[in-house]
Amino acid sequence: MNKPLPNSYRQGPDSQGRFGQFGGRFVAETLMPLILEVEQAYEAAKRDPSFDAEWRRLLTHYVGRPSPLWFAERLTAHLRANSAREDLGAKVYFKRDELNHTGAHKINAVLGQILLAKRMGKTRIIAETGAGQHGVATATVCALFDLPCTVFMGATDVERQQPNVFRMKLLGAEVMPVTSGAATLKDAMNEALRYWVANVEDTYYCIGTVAGPHPYPVMVRDFQSVIGEEAKQQMMAAEGRLPDSLVAAIGGGSNAMGLFYPFLDDADVRMYGVEAAGHGVETEQHAASLTKGRPGVLHGNRTYLLQDAHGQITEAHSISAGLDYPGVGPEHSWLHELGRVQYVSATDDEALAAFQLCSKLEGIIPALEPAHALAHVIRMAPQLPRDEIVLMNLCGRGDKDIFTVAKHLGVEM
Amino acid sequence: MSRIAAKFAALKAEGRGALVTYLQGFDPDRETSLALLRGLPEAGADLLEVGVPFTDPMADGPSIQRAAQRALKVGATLPGVLELVRAFRAGDGTTPVILMGYYNPILAYGVDRFCTDAAAAGVDGLIVVDVPPEEAGEIEPQARAAGLDLIRLVAPTTDDARLPRVLAATSGFVYYVSITGITGTRSATAASLEEAVPRIRKHTDLPIAIGFGIRTPQQAGEAARLADGAVVGTALVDTLAASLDEEGRARPETVGLVLEQVRALAGAVRGR
Ligand SMILES: Cc1ncc(COP(=O)(O)O)c(C=O)c1O
Repeated sequence: MNKPLPNSYRQGPDSQGRFGQFGGRFVAETLMPLILEVEQAYEAAKRDPSFDAEWRRLLTHYVGRPSPLWFAERLTAHLRANSAREDLGAKVYFKRDELNHTGAHKINAVLGQILLAKRMGKTRIIAETGAGQHGVATATVCALFDLPCTVFMGATDVERQQPNVFRMKLLGAEVMPVTSGAATLKDAMNEALRYWVANVEDTYYCIGTVAGPHPYPVMVRDFQSVIGEEAKQQMMAAEGRLPDSLVAAIGGGSNAMGLFYPFLDDADVRMYGVEAAGHGVETEQHAASLTKGRPGVLHGNRTYLLQDAHGQITEAHSISAGLDYPGVGPEHSWLHELGRVQYVSATDDEALAAFQLCSKLEGIIPALEPAHALAHVIRMAPQLPRDEIVLMNLCGRGDKDIFTVAKHLGVEM
Repeated sequence: MSRIAAKFAALKAEGRGALVTYLQGFDPDRETSLALLRGLPEAGADLLEVGVPFTDPMADGPSIQRAAQRALKVGATLPGVLELVRAFRAGDGTTPVILMGYYNPILAYGVDRFCTDAAAAGVDGLIVVDVPPEEAGEIEPQARAAGLDLIRLVAPTTDDARLPRVLAATSGFVYYVSITGITGTRSATAASLEEAVPRIRKHTDLPIAIGFGIRTPQQAGEAARLADGAVVGTALVDTLAASLDEEGRARPETVGLVLEQVRALAGAVRGR
């Protein structure tokens, strides 16, 4: 009874917040008591059926879950036409989290975290954001619950994600542009942590991915796992079996963990996390922490990081603001070292091509983040047997990206 | 006895608290940084904290963030900072030196080798901001084996239930972070310090130094009387920064201006 399965990949983290050597709680003493408080509150909330019921009510009636499982028929046909043989070209499905209210998967975990913040009696919410999707989701839920909200966003991202900046302001949030470093997601997270240290009494920090100090990686994963749980049931209903491959983009890794986690112990399901290769992983301009980084400690956890020989963190680059981060959630580092998940990458150009192909073939304009996942599907599916199934997390829609994409395509708007 | 323990014992005999200064290593360049370190003891600094530059100093405010940027721009690295301490130590065998920084550069260096090399360079203690007692296993055994003190931060948020755990993991002295906040942003009230210091004393015999937010000689004097030491960082870094030219390079007066400020702080700590 309750004995851990010897071969389960779903046991982590341990009581110290470790997935193998990864994870942990590397924060300054001022924050440590608060991190412990969040952990206790989360453990208590998990055991409280009314917490789960309220979260699920909001997912159904506010977010619009379950998100559909979509057989991408035209894309599948297109990739089959590009395959070398008659018997190649796997069937491609999308898990359509881009249809969620606010346009991405981020809101799944935001709702859970804001409900937790309320339980903890916190009266003010802060968040970091890259693409602005997590910022918009947080601002949205704060509007719903009448909580003041401050979103930290790198000045570079404020520039390239203007529509989301305006959305956050419309929703009543304060957007704080961060100018330190390269002024992107890493710097926004530094600044959010600094603000939190100074406002521990009343403030809850709503982290947007499976990173940060324990319990954030496990908590955000648990909330995002609704994606994989639904997908598993939907796939059984549609095909009577599990998919052969899962594919998801990796920024911090929350949409990927959410899809992968419920399948981790299904040995026949292969998994691919797609990092942003920017201008190419052989250049200095990419965000492929697992492909090119080394383990280190940043933002409260031990994980793979882009860093120089002396442990200084190097700047990431990606066309996608949501993937432009030099680290990755610790559970991914662990799954990478165990070899349970394959981590690959896609360049800016490959993502742009996938973005356009998806728009034309499926009538779905994807966000640039899942466009990276799609780029890998486009490479992979034509090589796979025709009777295989590939399930990709289409975790966000591309409205926020049309200006960026137009600029790259040389279109004046 | 370690240099840190010896220094606090000597000051206790003198009947006064310590002035602890913080400057970032290599800010704004190696030579200026070394000249500052060499000048500090004579100007009245009792213990020296040397900040190890890091790209992402999570607990530091804008002044020290910029100091780190300046230092990194001139090529500061952890091995470079150790070499800086070695050069200082060649001319000063008694003033305690404490490295303060973040964990990742130490991890990149290799924790074992770092502790051995730091002790050999003449470092006496470490403050690793992002390694709380919960993660002590990461570096405590190695630091102890090398004879380095591991100085822990105690914050206003460290409650009585947690305090013994934090203090048990501390050696050398206790660094009381007097505000909930990052460096260089605000100052604690005298009343909050008067409450906090006895609260910590109840749990430890180690010397207590108060840091974060001490800027003026008056504040330093009060903190050094109330506790066993006052740490001044951002105020010195600000003076240094204000003395630089447009390109962020030292001017001839840079070292003198910082040391002059240290003299004023030292005077107040000595009750003058
Ligand atoms: C649509 C979308 N996908 C993916 C990401 C990357 O985050 P994660 O890897 O945590 O899913 C973001 C982040 O902003 C996003 O907006």
